Amino acid sequence: MLDAKIPSGPMDDKWTDYKGHCKLVNPANKRKLEVIIVGTGLAGASAAASLGEMGYKVKAFCFQDSPRRAHSIAAQGGINAAKNYQNDGDSVFRLFYDTIKGGDYRAREANVHRLAEVSANIIDQCVAQGVPFAREYGGLLSNRSFGGTQVQRTFYAAGQTGQQLLIGAYQALERQVALGNVTMYSRHEMLEVVKVDGKTTGIIARDLVSGKLERHFGHAVLLCTGGYGNVFYLSTNAMGSNVTAAWKAHKQGAAFANPCYTQIHPTCIPVSGDHQSKLTLMSESLRNDGRIWVPKKAGDPRKATDIPEEERDYYLERRYPAFGNLVPRDVASRAAKERCDAGYGVGTSKQAVYLDFAAAIERYGKIEVSKEGRTDVPKEEIIALGKEVVKEKYGNLFDMYEKITGENPYELPMRIYPAVHYTMGGLWVDYELQTTVKGLYSLGEANFSDHGANRLGASALMQGLADGYFVIPYTIGNYLADEIYNKPISTDHEAFAAAEKSVSDRLSTLMNIKGSQSVESFHKRLGKIMWEKCGMARNAQGLTEAISEIQALKKEFWSDVKIPGDISEFNPELDKAGRVADFIELGELMCKDALNRNESCGGHFREESQTEEGEALRHDDEYMYVAAWEYAGESNWNLHKEDLKYEVIKPSQRNYK
Amino acid sequence: MEHYNMNLNLKVWRQKNTKSKGEFKMYRVENISSEMSFLEMFDVLNEQLIHEGEEPVAFDHDCREGICGMCSMYINGKPHGPWQANTTCQLHMRAFKDGDTIVVEPWRANAFPVIKDLVVDRTSFDRIIQAGGYISVNTGNAVDGNALPINKDKADASFAAAMCIGCGACVAACKNSSAMLFLSAKVSHLALLPQGEPERHSRVINMVAQMDKEGFGSCTNTGACEATCPKEISISNIARLNQEYLVASLTAEK
Ligand SMILES: Cc1cc2nc3c(=O)[nH]c(=O)nc-3n(C[C@H](O)[C@H](O)[C@H](O)COP(=O)(O)OP(=O)(O)OC[C@H]3O[C@@H](n4cnc5c(N)ncnc54)[C@H](O)[C@@H]3O)c2cc1C
Ligand code: SF4
Ligand code: FES
Repeated sequence: MLDAKIPSGPMDDKWTDYKGHCKLVNPANKRKLEVIIVGTGLAGASAAASLGEMGYKVKAFCFQDSPRRAHSIAAQGGINAAKNYQNDGDSVFRLFYDTIKGGDYRAREANVHRLAEVSANIIDQCVAQGVPFAREYGGLLSNRSFGGTQVQRTFYAAGQTGQQLLIGAYQALERQVALGNVTMYSRHEMLEVVKVDGKTTGIIARDLVSGKLERHFGHAVLLCTGGYGNVFYLSTNAMGSNVTAAWKAHKQGAAFANPCYTQIHPTCIPVSGDHQSKLTLMSESLRNDGRIWVPKKAGDPRKATDIPEEERDYYLERRYPAFGNLVPRDVASRAAKERCDAGYGVGTSKQAVYLDFAAAIERYGKIEVSKEGRTDVPKEEIIALGKEVVKEKYGNLFDMYEKITGENPYELPMRIYPAVHYTMGGLWVDYELQTTVKGLYSLGEANFSDHGANRLGASALMQGLADGYFVIPYTIGNYLADEIYNKPISTDHEAFAAAEKSVSDRLSTLMNIKGSQSVESFHKRLGKIMWEKCGMARNAQGLTEAISEIQALKKEFWSDVKIPGDISEFNPELDKAGRVADFIELGELMCKDALNRNESCGGHFREESQTEEGEALRHDDEYMYVAAWEYAGESNWNLHKEDLKYEVIKPSQRNYK
Repeated sequence: MEHYNMNLNLKVWRQKNTKSKGEFKMYRVENISSEMSFLEMFDVLNEQLIHEGEEPVAFDHDCREGICGMCSMYINGKPHGPWQANTTCQLHMRAFKDGDTIVVEPWRANAFPVIKDLVVDRTSFDRIIQAGGYISVNTGNAVDGNALPINKDKADASFAAAMCIGCGACVAACKNSSAMLFLSAKVSHLALLPQGEPERHSRVINMVAQMDKEGFGSCTNTGACEATCPKEISISNIARLNQEYLVASLTAEK
């Protein structure tokens, strides 16, 4: 079932050779080919703009009121590229290597290599679009470092990199809308994939304002619908982020790969109470300058600023001297959990650690003073100057922290705790980004492709834009070149009618349950099961329990959910109900996948599989494969394995000491 | 930070759809924690309404961290509420005290018709961007990112304008419902960069024309937009826009 279609030949040449030999579609024919793009975040907007520019007829969909609102907008820290502008030894190979290693040797080499190759073009493209990246005084682009690497290859726009990149892609997309090459359907939700003879021919979408179902034909369909971190209820994702599109595709035959690979980000603002609706990330870039610590004494009641230096445990610097505060996310998250579980946590909930900028503020202050050639400067002035520097780098993040917590992080260390952030799992795709269903593609966070078991910081934006700007424009031609012989299928075709009927039946079923519990309450309960049993640490017993709890929750949902309002109007509760129903099913598969993978790798930590020091322990002999699950009816899946072959990089136990 | 709980009266605009006439309704919520965000307080209200068999209040939101521009409530006479440089989703309940009555309305502007309750249609903003808010460069056409050094101050100024989140609060705050702050932010973002130079004139002319077509009012320099903007987009951008427009009109060949 799984043919990754990796081109033969040496790693360095695969992509070039592929591009040199893939089929092309001539301009006149492109106009006759219709492509549906679901999702207009970085992956979808860049794909829609690029394919529109090439001359394809594109229809793009998003559930927000505008493509500019996609969850990509919230990305803070930056985007990686192997430009080596800093002359610090970066290269395509090194980015490739870091990504494979960061992913704990669970990613496909050929895809990752391609990603590293096109990374540099992304920066060029974005600059040309007018993305205002941070610059140095000489006018050249600035870089910073990010976790899991030792070079400075991250491009950024203050703490709003995702916003600026998305605005760039959005503007390119709107230009194609104006030119008539792309038709944009906002406030629309895709609810089904339509197939004829095993081939994708379109989608059923719901106009979220009128509630009407619509049929749309496409010679190919691209799902760029983002990640599913909200299965945990609380995550750093936007409230609307969901798995529905990918899940519908899955139920139509697209294999779902590595669903259990979730990234728990180490630096988020901790939960403050039951009312919490989402968690806010404090960008990883803060770890460049912030030092993470807890008191050496468990349960120390003193204020952070009253705890003297020698009574603080900078546990990351202690445990991982080579990388210190810049260890990869999974390592940093587990280390925070370990300290809090052992009773060293801080704040009222004791589920938090400190991220402290005092040292950085002083260091920057001193640099400023020495730039001015001054001596004998009072400490307060040094600190004030240092705060200015920190403000320029991270001002918006500090403001955000203060708004949420009411505390001033320039004076007091931030309190942070890990939170669900990103999902490495997703629809299985081959080298061409095609799922196991013909004509159905997946890009961006929605696919499983490039990050293995753990994603490095600043690599999701890179991957989304690589997929949309530089990969799909080639690989889709290879498929569509043969489609020119096929006339568009009428949306009156019985396959469309049947798909629409199944969607409409499901919506009516949901509305007619008329139970007593809100959608939100089910979502919260699902999240709790997932966080406790399929979260930062997992074991066989917990996962087995979780599976039966989720099955019970599913029954309860379908018999007792209460959805107010009407089916044929703007009804956010109904939209949410459909998404939560899909999350419930996905949750079960995630636990099943986590149970199957009896090893620790990247973001997936099985308590049964650790070293004596509590570090993650992989089992390459048994699990060096992508787990691709095929849907086989309710609560039933078949496992297919794509073996991972490492031709260039030799897998080793990750070591950040 | 001291935390406290409060009981509140909410006076909320309810409107079934674009065509129907809306009205205010009163609700009461209890035991609201000062640590909640304003939207979390609305979550509590909505759960309560669902429980009582009433329709929950529809409102737009997504990121809940002040960046997507989706949230849009007019709170006690101010878009996004009482805090400076803030979005609705980032407003926290410590801004209020026990016993307060809070009035919540949608953005009000002809160019932003109400879809339902507090949800409005802001696609007019997208159409303004379509009219020219971009740099015409196809994928693959770009030169090396460092081939064109850009003065840091200019790049920073461009970035400051590009921070606009397209929320529309400026329009809601303006007595004329003018979209000039939004438009000027985009024009400035692109005009300050050398990449934006070639289309500088056509861009401003076309975008202004589209803005007028959408039914936004004209600018009379009252400054309410700047005072309410969550991203502190400076009103000096409007001066730049006017200047750009003037130069473009004078040099227009068409
Ligand atoms: C707070 C935060 C900070 C981050 N910071 C960074 C960073 O600094 N660097 C980095 O590299 N990565 C970062 N990431 C990760 C990165 O932002 C995301 O992985 C990436 O933006 C995902 O892009 P996407 O295009 O795949 O999906 P999204 O941007 O999530 O877009 C999904 C699109 O799909 C649409 N959609 C979904 N379902 C449907 C449906 N059924 N019908 C119609 N439309 C649908 C949505 O409307 C939307 O347009 C961050 C993530 C978070 C949460
Ligand atoms: S200028 Fe400010 S208020 Fe107006 S849309 Fe942009 S961010 Fe919102
Ligand atoms: S919900 Fe995104 S800015 Fe408020």
